Amino acid sequence: MTETIVNWVIAIFMLSSGIFTLLAAVGILRLPDLMTRMHASTKAGALGVALMMIAAMLHFNDLVVMAKALAVIMFILITAPIAAHAIGRAGYFVGVPIWVNTVKDELFNRYDSDTHRLRSGLETEEELKKMKTSNKDKPRIRVTTKK
Amino acid sequence: MEIVILISFALLSLSMLLIFIRLLMGPTLPDRVVALELLATVIVAITGTYAIFTDRSSFIDVAIVVALTAFLAAIGFARFLERGGPRDD
Repeated sequence: MTETIVNWVIAIFMLSSGIFTLLAAVGILRLPDLMTRMHASTKAGALGVALMMIAAMLHFNDLVVMAKALAVIMFILITAPIAAHAIGRAGYFVGVPIWVNTVKDELFNRYDSDTHRLRSGLETEEELKKMKTSNKDKPRIRVTTKK
Repeated sequence: MEIVILISFALLSLSMLLIFIRLLMGPTLPDRVVALELLATVIVAITGTYAIFTDRSSFIDVAIVVALTAFLAAIGFARFLERGGPRDD
């Protein structure tokens, strides 16, 4: 009896893992630009892996496997946002086009791609002038794309 | 139970196929990097399914290693995009 119930729970977890992963794949294929694609892939993909690891945990019913599966889940949950942040940041800097209907791009007028500086919008006139004249702050990244 | 495992394999393989289409299409390099990262995530899920399918718990270790290398690859690609040399999308 208990065996049957556990099998049902495992089946539900596995099927929902597959469905969420498929959802992430459809999202990465259909969504219009880099940011929305990352939005689909990181969250739904991480949830798919977590559900599959929970299914494995229940299937093996062993403390060691449980610890390993929990390690995988924790690792995915920690690293997925970090990797998405790094790629999104790099994508913005190299000038990946964003979707036409994007409502808000808060860095649009604040980020200076020539000097790689970000203004807060609260600077006084003198500070802006000083920022323009001081040429010692070279950009630390490659800001021009060679086509 | 067999049928459930087969259905999950089918769903995961279909998502791998869709992600691979985006990997080939992807207009810019960051798009491809995102597709590669999601591909590695799907491979981790497939490894978990395979561990259940073959009833061998050692495959969970493989899942850990694949997740680790995928993260390192994503970070490396991001650094390359920010500071790297000329690239051809």
